[in-house]
Amino acid sequence: MSTAESFPSRIAGNRAFELPADFLRRQPVAAGGLIVILLLIFAAIFAEQLAPYDPFENDYGAMLAAPSAEHWLGTDSYGRDILSRLIYGTRPALVIGFASSFIGCSLGAVIGTVSAYFGGKTDLIIMRFVDIMLTMPVIVTAIVTAAVLGRNRIGAIDLNLVAAIAIAVVPTVTRVVRSAALAIRDLPYVDAARVSGFSNTRIVLRHMLPNVAAPYLIMLTGFIGQAILLGAALTYVGLGVSEPQPDWGLMLSGEAANFYREAPWMILFPGLAVTLAVFAFNLMGDGLRDWLDPKFAD
Amino acid sequence: MVAYVLKRLALMIPTLLGAAVLIFLALRVIPGDIVEVKLRGDGAAISEEVLQKERQRLGLDRPLIEQFGEWMGGLLRLDLGKSMWTERPVSEEIGSRLNLSLHVAVLAMIVGLVIAIPVGSLAALYPNSGLDYAIRIGTMSGLAIPSFWMGMLIILALLHWANWLPTPTFVPIWQDPVACLTLLIWPALAVGFRFSAVVARMLRSTMVEVLREDYIRTARAKGTTERRVVTRHAMPNAMLPTVTVVGIEFAFLIGGLIITEQVFNLNGLGKLFIEATSHNDFVLLQGMVMVIATVMVLTNLVVDLLYSVLNPRIRYS
Repeated sequence: MSTAESFPSRIAGNRAFELPADFLRRQPVAAGGLIVILLLIFAAIFAEQLAPYDPFENDYGAMLAAPSAEHWLGTDSYGRDILSRLIYGTRPALVIGFASSFIGCSLGAVIGTVSAYFGGKTDLIIMRFVDIMLTMPVIVTAIVTAAVLGRNRIGAIDLNLVAAIAIAVVPTVTRVVRSAALAIRDLPYVDAARVSGFSNTRIVLRHMLPNVAAPYLIMLTGFIGQAILLGAALTYVGLGVSEPQPDWGLMLSGEAANFYREAPWMILFPGLAVTLAVFAFNLMGDGLRDWLDPKFAD
Repeated sequence: MVAYVLKRLALMIPTLLGAAVLIFLALRVIPGDIVEVKLRGDGAAISEEVLQKERQRLGLDRPLIEQFGEWMGGLLRLDLGKSMWTERPVSEEIGSRLNLSLHVAVLAMIVGLVIAIPVGSLAALYPNSGLDYAIRIGTMSGLAIPSFWMGMLIILALLHWANWLPTPTFVPIWQDPVACLTLLIWPALAVGFRFSAVVARMLRSTMVEVLREDYIRTARAKGTTERRVVTRHAMPNAMLPTVTVVGIEFAFLIGGLIITEQVFNLNGLGKLFIEATSHNDFVLLQGMVMVIATVMVLTNLVVDLLYSVLNPRIRYS
């Protein structure tokens, strides 16, 4: 009995270690992205310890100060330290990136699988709905949804912004997962599950969803960067958090545009932060896609 | 072919009708309406009675189905109703700005293609060379840079090196091409940059594959110049999947435009859209969503038709 118990867990233990190692060996570029992502997560967790200044603290003696030894990336028009605000800004950026991508992709995966499994009228209605949603650019859907939901903030994070971005990605994910699930639906093991008398819920959750994990994971990582980009854009036009919260998109809006000449660092650094984060997640996403599905590899 | 186009146009109707129902219902669940934004916006104390009167005047107190029926009736006559904020006809509000936004969109597409086609082909001609890697890094960052920030960088560069910014008064290109281009080329660059990155990536990967085909080797073997091999033999086939991407990316382009217009202070559809959301101006929002949906559906049709022109093996019927 003991061998039978330890056997699967040994395999599981080995795979848990081997898979990431194999990924990093085959996709060294993605590993570079991963390092940046880990650094960003580190900055978000230890923002209090890392930030040299309080991100909310106005220093009227050092307004619009150029980058220097005291303020590495300069200060803004309220005399707040830009580096400190960027470090705190990793929190909303990462939460929006991870949460909206996770919620949107998970919803899309469930809806897509259900649609493929039941087929017929259910499928037709869901897919019509998806087609209608897809006539809208993602950002338009996100803006309208954000406007509909209004504001609902916890500190530096706008929960409704997360929901708006999540909803905007659902139709794309639904469509991709559905076509993957359609290919599985008619495989013998799904028939076997049905004949065994398992409930529909159980078949969808236990038998079909695990087998659409590859496209799901590819899209999940792929959308994190997109979500950060969208979040910054929506906050920039005033649909996210507002002053004085430290947020990358917000740092680029309003005041920054009044000081193009006096303080270009107010514009340069927050934009660089967004670009770096999105770049890292895109590298990671592309690497994962090529690793899981080599036929996509360039 | 004509029958196919007519069929596709007929299929647009249920899609657009669905979009109309969806946007109408979505906007009706907004907590708080335009009346509150309008009258209480300045923090003044307004009695519930006055609010109710204003709602009545705008027809907001009537049942939803009646409001929807009225809006649909208008849509059929291409009448989008009146903006609840400015009280001007929506078609007028949109019409006066559509021109500018379309100018930027088309210009951005041109800029994007002008950058993407040579860059993508070059990368494909020398795969895995230093040049190829440089181009791949460039296109990867093109996907990561927010287009509104790109716009801000362009403004910074203009101020720094030319000490000049265009005055944001729009003139159509057919009236004064120079004035139009000096204003709009910058937002077009900011938006077109991302577009070019996506197209260049796609073109590179399909071109690499096409260049491995037998007929390309035949063309080279019979002594065709390399330039001709690329432009006449490889390019048409490599463009096929690229055209699809161009169509899909058009949606992103519109999206980028909505945000980037704010950076350049351009009074286009993007600005109108953002204003309409902050005012809860449902009628205007509905109208704009319908216009965008129509443009998107038509773009998809054009892409499909272009596909059949480029690839004679595809015949629509």
